[in-house]
Amino acid sequence: MKRPSPGADASISRMTHAQKTTARWITWGLMAPATLWLFVFLVLPFIAILVFAFGERAPEGGYQAAFTFAQFLNLPSRLAAFQNTLVLAPVGAALCLVVAYPVAYYLAVKADPRHRLLLVSIVVIPFWTSLLVRTYAWMYLLGSRGIPHVLEMIGISDVRLINTPAAVLLGIVYGYLPLMIMPIYVSLDKLDRRLLEASADLGAKPAVTFLKVTVPLSLPGVMTGLSLVTVLLLGEYLIPQLLGGGKIYFIGNALVDLFLQSRNWPLGSAIAVTLVAVVVVIMALAMKIAWRAAGTRQVDLL
Amino acid sequence: MTNSYNYNAPITECQLADELTRFKRGSVTRRHFLGVTGLGLASAVLAGELAPFSTAANAADLGKKMSIATWPNYHDPATFEAFTKATGVAVEVNVFGSNEEMLAKLQAGAAGWDLFVPTNYTISTYAKLGLIDELDLTKIPNFQQASQNARLTSEGAIGGKTYALPKNWGTTGFAVNTAKLKTPITSWKQFFEVAMGEGKGRAMVHDYQLTTIGSALVSLGLGFNSIKPDDLAKAEQLLIKVKPHLFGINSDYQPGMRATDAWMTMCWTNDGAQLARDMPEIAYILGKDGGELWCDFYAIPKSAPNKAAGYALLDFLMNPANAVKEHIVNGAPTTDSRVMPLLPKADTANKIIYPDEASLTALEFGAAATLTDPGRAEVMARFKSA
Repeated sequence: MKRPSPGADASISRMTHAQKTTARWITWGLMAPATLWLFVFLVLPFIAILVFAFGERAPEGGYQAAFTFAQFLNLPSRLAAFQNTLVLAPVGAALCLVVAYPVAYYLAVKADPRHRLLLVSIVVIPFWTSLLVRTYAWMYLLGSRGIPHVLEMIGISDVRLINTPAAVLLGIVYGYLPLMIMPIYVSLDKLDRRLLEASADLGAKPAVTFLKVTVPLSLPGVMTGLSLVTVLLLGEYLIPQLLGGGKIYFIGNALVDLFLQSRNWPLGSAIAVTLVAVVVVIMALAMKIAWRAAGTRQVDLL
Repeated sequence: MTNSYNYNAPITECQLADELTRFKRGSVTRRHFLGVTGLGLASAVLAGELAPFSTAANAADLGKKMSIATWPNYHDPATFEAFTKATGVAVEVNVFGSNEEMLAKLQAGAAGWDLFVPTNYTISTYAKLGLIDELDLTKIPNFQQASQNARLTSEGAIGGKTYALPKNWGTTGFAVNTAKLKTPITSWKQFFEVAMGEGKGRAMVHDYQLTTIGSALVSLGLGFNSIKPDDLAKAEQLLIKVKPHLFGINSDYQPGMRATDAWMTMCWTNDGAQLARDMPEIAYILGKDGGELWCDFYAIPKSAPNKAAGYALLDFLMNPANAVKEHIVNGAPTTDSRVMPLLPKADTANKIIYPDEASLTALEFGAAATLTDPGRAEVMARFKSA
């Protein structure tokens, strides 16, 4: 926690009443756009979804007013999608971490500072292209004319890569990697190098220094990356749709299906509400673990 | 090209061509175009009697763009380019894999389409829900009721009011890559058996309740259109058993079949014809135990933002000279007897496109009830999320 500096305290107390009123108006004025935006595009739709979740499907599809818990009782019919999401999202995030940590460590600690900007750009620039386009590229690479075609040339024929859970995981790691690298890079970059020297001076081997000093101090970045990627993955739709061929199903896909195919808005709403609840619980747990592990309250996401 | 123009200097031929392109692309305003080319003054003098300007006048009436909702691989892109050339209206194409998706978009309100392509059995529901209007046939002079095949196109009209005009008809069978699969398949029963056997991991079904559930029902000896809970439970059981062996659930199956990732798929006539045209090893087969006979229509949504352009494109497509190009590219059979003689012999003799009457007897039209039945919707959704 940052405490306001004594200077700031003094300057506030020196303000006249009129100045304080003006300051308050400015604060509100600056907050208003964001507040309005969130209210109209987050709070109101969420209220609508909450109302829908207790309604019924109209005979031709859509929503019909009612008060029933039937939709929530029907949640188990989408158990497989929940399970897929709750397994593949954390596994995907963990895989991202395994790939991202060494890269972030190299960028922040090992790389020559003169090349650092270039290297960071190489990580970030692919992010400027739409995920859709990049995922389509993977569809081609994993399809018969891509990698399986190369394998066929060396005598391994009829390998199928696309539309498998592995393809979905690959797409996830590829798509979300920069979101994992950047927070870890930032926390490692802030790391006070003198602590590493002190550790070495006190006789710790490099591996011990890494595990006892570097890793704990980078945990806020790790937790930020993990929560960012996990939360986004819980709502993922595109990658399973394109690389899973409609067979590997996330909750996001079930939602699209319910709203855009079977037109069962109430069940879709009930699932959406449940998903929000699950995300909140997971995030709360992640925070708790982060505080305990890092002894810090600084998880940059919340 | 410079940004500043000497408005008084006479324009060169080359500059005129450049300016015309810029105007057509919408990069410059009409005012700028008329001013810089001097045509504004000229046309004012001639009081709008200048013939080449009729195009620009049309463009003003029809707007600059419109949007159509249709199916994958269903049009000749040149058709829309020709329409844009003739009217100045750019056509945005949205592709859907099922009638349910189209209905969902219209039900949610403001889909933004000026024309869309629903299948025969859905039209009564659209009309009942007030999502489409009766068509004003005076705005579609190219359409001729008398030349249409009544058996295939009757569902476009309800109670004597015409709500939709036919695009083409077709069948739902399956396509098989015979170079990869050796088992001969002639029925839906065999389709599902092979999907779990020799074609394991290589079969595709539509992301569409009517054909996927319908074909599963047919393979079990039940009715294609059944909405009986017992029948649907049996179909669901079969589909969930097949699911782990499938390559994918997608109504856009051409990419998978062409890449030979998929070896067999549920397939519509037009896709079957397109696939067989480019890959002779792909066979298109009608299930001898049943399947679907369908006719797709054009309709204009009530919420269409640019109805005038919707009518203009519809009339353009009803012109046999334009329609024939669509049929040649998409490989679906025509309902219009005026188009038939314009088609190449190779197409009219093609058994995929115009199958023998005998092979059609087992097929049936989709029933309106399947579109809105909650049981079918839920079975499909559970199958996909299983």
